[in-house]
Amino acid sequence: MIHSLFLINASGDIFLEKHWKSVVSRSVCDYFFEAQERATEPENVPPVIPTPHHYLISVLRHRIYFVAVIQSEVPPLFVIEFLHRVVDTFQDYFGVCTEAAIKDNVVVVYELLEEMLDNGFPLATESNILKELIKPPTILRTMVNTITGSTNVGEQLPTGQLSVVPWRRTGVKYTNNEAYFDVVEEIDAIIDKSGSTITAEIQGVIDACVKLTGMPDLTLSFMNPRLLDDVSFHPCVRFKRWEAERILSFIPPDGNFRLLSYHVSSQNLVAIPVYIKHNITFREGSSQGRFDLTLGPKQTMGKAVESVLVSSQLPRGVLNANLNPTQGTYTFDPVTKAGRTPAEVGSRSAGSDAPPARLAHTAREVERLKVNRLDMYGEKYKPFKGIKYMTKAGKFQRDDLVCITGVSTLTYETVTLEPSSIITFTSAGPN
Amino acid sequence: MQEWANQLCENRQFGSKMTDSKYFTTTKKGEIFELKAELNSDKKEKKKEAVKKVIASMTVGKDVSALFPDVVNCMQTDNLELKKLVYLYLMNYAKSQPDMAIMAVNTFVKDCEDPNPLIRALAVRTMGCIRVDKITEYLCEPLRKCLKDEDPYVRKTAAVCVAKLHDINAQLVEDQGFLDTLKDLISDSNPMVVANAVAALSEIAESHPNSNLLDLNPQTINKLLTALNECTEWGQIFILDCLANYTPRDDRESQSICERVTPRLSHANSAVVLSAVKVLMKFMEMLPKDLDYYGTLLKKLAPPLVTLLSAEPELQYVALRNINLIVQRRPEILKHEMKVFFVKYNDPIYVKLEKLDIMIRLASQANIAQVLAELKEYATEVDVDFVRKAVRAIGRCAIKVEQSAERCVSTLLDLIQTKVNYVVQEAIVVIKDIFRKYPNKYESVIATLCENLDSLDEPEARAAMIWIVGEYAERIDNADELLESFLEGFHDESTQVQLQLLTAIVKLFLKKPTETQELVQQVLSLATQDSDNPDLRDRGYIYWRLLSTDPVAAKEVVLAEKPLISEETDLIEPTLLEELICHIGTLASVYHKPPSAFVEGSRGVQHKRLPGSTGSGESVESPDTGSAAGVSEAPPAVIPSQGDLLGDLLNLDLTPTTTGPPPPPASSGMQLGAMDLLGGGLDSLMGDESEPLGGDLGGGPAIGTGFGAPPATMPASFNVPVSGGLDDLFDLGGGVGMAMGAFNPPKTVWLPAMKAKGLEISGTFVRRAGVIQMEMTLTNKAMSVMTDFAIQFNRNSFGLAPAGPLQVLSPLSPNQSIEAVLPLSTVGPVMKMEPLNNLQVAVKNNIDVFYFSCQYPISMLFAEDGKMDRQVFLATWKDIPNDNESQFQIKDCHLNSDAASNKLQGSNIFTIAKRTVEGQDMLYQSMKLTNGIWVLAELRVQAGNPNYTISLKCRAPEVSQCVFQNYETVLKN
Repeated sequence: MIHSLFLINASGDIFLEKHWKSVVSRSVCDYFFEAQERATEPENVPPVIPTPHHYLISVLRHRIYFVAVIQSEVPPLFVIEFLHRVVDTFQDYFGVCTEAAIKDNVVVVYELLEEMLDNGFPLATESNILKELIKPPTILRTMVNTITGSTNVGEQLPTGQLSVVPWRRTGVKYTNNEAYFDVVEEIDAIIDKSGSTITAEIQGVIDACVKLTGMPDLTLSFMNPRLLDDVSFHPCVRFKRWEAERILSFIPPDGNFRLLSYHVSSQNLVAIPVYIKHNITFREGSSQGRFDLTLGPKQTMGKAVESVLVSSQLPRGVLNANLNPTQGTYTFDPVTKAGRTPAEVGSRSAGSDAPPARLAHTAREVERLKVNRLDMYGEKYKPFKGIKYMTKAGKFQRDDLVCITGVSTLTYETVTLEPSSIITFTSAGPN
Repeated sequence: MQEWANQLCENRQFGSKMTDSKYFTTTKKGEIFELKAELNSDKKEKKKEAVKKVIASMTVGKDVSALFPDVVNCMQTDNLELKKLVYLYLMNYAKSQPDMAIMAVNTFVKDCEDPNPLIRALAVRTMGCIRVDKITEYLCEPLRKCLKDEDPYVRKTAAVCVAKLHDINAQLVEDQGFLDTLKDLISDSNPMVVANAVAALSEIAESHPNSNLLDLNPQTINKLLTALNECTEWGQIFILDCLANYTPRDDRESQSICERVTPRLSHANSAVVLSAVKVLMKFMEMLPKDLDYYGTLLKKLAPPLVTLLSAEPELQYVALRNINLIVQRRPEILKHEMKVFFVKYNDPIYVKLEKLDIMIRLASQANIAQVLAELKEYATEVDVDFVRKAVRAIGRCAIKVEQSAERCVSTLLDLIQTKVNYVVQEAIVVIKDIFRKYPNKYESVIATLCENLDSLDEPEARAAMIWIVGEYAERIDNADELLESFLEGFHDESTQVQLQLLTAIVKLFLKKPTETQELVQQVLSLATQDSDNPDLRDRGYIYWRLLSTDPVAAKEVVLAEKPLISEETDLIEPTLLEELICHIGTLASVYHKPPSAFVEGSRGVQHKRLPGSTGSGESVESPDTGSAAGVSEAPPAVIPSQGDLLGDLLNLDLTPTTTGPPPPPASSGMQLGAMDLLGGGLDSLMGDESEPLGGDLGGGPAIGTGFGAPPATMPASFNVPVSGGLDDLFDLGGGVGMAMGAFNPPKTVWLPAMKAKGLEISGTFVRRAGVIQMEMTLTNKAMSVMTDFAIQFNRNSFGLAPAGPLQVLSPLSPNQSIEAVLPLSTVGPVMKMEPLNNLQVAVKNNIDVFYFSCQYPISMLFAEDGKMDRQVFLATWKDIPNDNESQFQIKDCHLNSDAASNKLQGSNIFTIAKRTVEGQDMLYQSMKLTNGIWVLAELRVQAGNPNYTISLKCRAPEVSQCVFQNYETVLKN
């Protein structure tokens, strides 16, 4: 089971350690630092690192490494999932998960970690239960506590922990009963040189914010449930009912939670609503080059594509770029990290070099999951129901493109892409 | 109003300073004293603030252990937060201050009685975390109470506490009976308690490999499956991992478990999903492939695996490592999902490399075009490691999918044109492999390769290029120049390159002897005279001698046709793969190594194996039957303590003798053996040298029959005992009915494939028509063909030795099994073994020599002429001192005396007389071992009583135990 946890910031300082069993010397992290040094990018540190006596399993989130130390055979996914849960909890409690926030609330952090894990066994990881045990800090509460001498720690036995619905606490009361569901879909696609799609997939989630009194029992049905053949549910969803009737039936947790996430694979055709063409050339014997990029909508059926964002990594040798976008704005970020690429730029056949572009946009053309109706049982009042659909920026990627030898980034932003408009960027190129 | 507002302002000011970061600011020297004073303050608020400061210092690794007594003093409080904080402190420092920690015991005991279950649970939780031996004893009583607490929250916390306590003092936990209480908790009504009990038991079981802590039977499985639906995600992981250790009785049970586990595949927690995949992958083995459900299950497995790939990169990495195993075991699951493994440019490098590996595993004729197009893109990426692997992947595709080879080669050529140094080098290395797979097909590209000769600076690429030049020297006009250019810096090259250069030049010489004599002499002298590397020198000398003595032979040797390269060299050995499939989701699956290979303190990790597919109703061998004892870390007791034995066995000549029977021992030799047996070997057996042997054995005739009758060589003697046996059969007359066939024990695995590089041997001993035979099944679970089998025995108690060579005629190809029957003679060298019937065997094949030991049933050695004359029996019985008599009980045997006698007859245990006294049948029996030792037996059978009594008398009482065991096995089968 999980022995210890070390929190390490971007500059390599261990700023918090927690041991659930015996104390493991922090020198164990040296192995992690070694691996970190070898990795060219912060995110390239391998998640599982063996050391002579322990294993280090780490996740990187919000530029903080959460490094768990284990000694015996433990499912690594279990540890990684748990670490992510820790981060989610911190974020939930403090709004952000930064080194400063953690240091500011170190006692709460310690109490939380103690509640979440007992001797390496997860104890309470549901935010509902934790919040009953340890009240999240707010300025007001700190103030009140200071005056009255009361504490952050709940006096009650966390009732939810033992009930059949551990995710929901009892005795919830609201004056306004509301249930909001956000259906968010992200399209990820890889497009080749000629613009045809290699793979495209939709990652969808339904995030809910439910503020309902008592123990409501909700059912949610869809117009096109056939899209959901690859789903992961929140534990509250009754799986049998879904299997039989394709209806989501559940007693919701209180507050914000992710009801389900789903994945629509490339087998179902996913249409990409924009196209992109680009070209980069370097003039022989000159320090300048030319970069063209054309972006246009396709198959939009008259609808506008909103908030298009293109980011493109330019070869390392590019020092600056002057672009003339026909619409929108651009920024050039000359961040270059040393030692990332071997110095191949010069020998590469210039001319075919072109950066991959990352496209993010909002599109509406793909067939999306549609909610049919939402019903509530078990409580008498009439809740306010709301459902919102969004298609978010996924990771569009043109991957045909030859070499990325640098990490300076160009970002273009445009508000709306009308059906007929074509945006081009031309530049004098690198100097 | 104004006043109130002022106060609020003040408070707000105060509030803004109220964050915990202020606790970090006190770093001055006098801090400890300050804190000490604050901790002893009367004001509750001040105390709490002080404890918080202490905790904060502790968190950042400052030593605040000096404050121990002061902090512990704060423990007796009603304030829950303060209590928790003190507990936090205690857990961290109790170890370093064991004497002080005792001060806290009373509070714990008191808290365990608190009306508030939260406090009870908190106390029992903290108690277990105080890793001080002195304290643990005080914890037992409160813990016992908490394990039976009415509140499930307390019970579930207490269950984990047992595991903690076990970690500190295992003996104590066992003595106090906590393990049984824990086992009872598996049947608890609350699923969370069940889950924690399972988790605790699993952890304890890890340090007790052979204890049957998690005794899984259909009832407990049912309870676990019920709890699975209701407990938290973490509990589900523990339960699923525990389920994976169970072996269902038949395919129906297997299917019903699978059905109840599949809903877990839709869980949001990826660890739950992967544990469920493990259970399904394992239990699926037992389902018949034609079952509809089997197909359904296969289909259900794909989507959750794909979903894992849209999670965070760390999760993806672990998932990919496991998918790599799954794809090797069951490629059909993901064969249509190639595209999800396409690399995204912002994947971390470790994810990219894994995806690439899986892409190659999934590559087939159907999708090869797409894969190649992708790989070509990857080869132009930035990350050097990734690019290299992509280039290598193109080569692997060429070897794997023959139809694509041409396209792969042209892709590689394109890449070479980019002139990017490491791409070129990598491409040359893989092109060499392609030449090895498809000889005489793509040699036209050699010219292009040669153009890049100068840019190669990595040993592997240089060696590959040199190999190509040497191999195709006749087609390269300036091969000698090329190789000569390498030769200039011979001593600066790495060994790999030097060896390759030596071989290449010798090849060149054999192909174009006229122009290259000088060159070859140069390289030979460089290799043999100027080099310190023994490998290089040896190879140099071999070539030199070959060339100087017989150039034609040299040509045959050096230019011999090479075996084609195998396409699946990168696959995991099937036996290892099976074991890893049983460990999906664990560290073992991430490292692709069996847990025993790396988990520290894995005291005897048991090897797991996939269950075989069985028909309905048929029970399955438990996964580690028979090997459980042998898999401890020490090598199995093949060669016991006697060190010199090993030498003996190793020195045995293992050349596969093609001559028929072994050199027939002359009858004198045989006598010698017998004498040795009687005189030397048995001395120890008998323990009493002075007794003359001949007389003991019932006089001369017995010896006469013992050694005279079977002629010198075994094969010739085959028919003699048969007739003898038949005679005996008729001879028996009325008292005993038809003899049943001898009982032959079923085959057991003697040599698991894990230990013998893929060779598995299972076998048994039978005695057929007077000949002892070893029947073996040899199974090749490795990837390569096995040939040249030979077998040898170590010296053993009864002189068993192979009577002929091991007859394995055809080479054993992968996944093939072959039955081999080895006749045995009993004239081999003798040495007493422990146990007596232990036999140590060495088996050799083209790969290696393997050792194992097995035990033969002693009845194999009962001669067909073991029926003693009644008179002789009587005399012998009286003659053998009573000290030599041993009595045994055979329990639960429901045969009547006739049936028993019949059965025993089949194993050459002859009933000489039968007497009935007071409803008790007394059977007098005799048997004769091949070495002439007689064993006399009196078997008492009482009607209606399933327990037999057996008295054995023998000159060599050591054999009695063996004989008794044999009785037991024969009667019970």
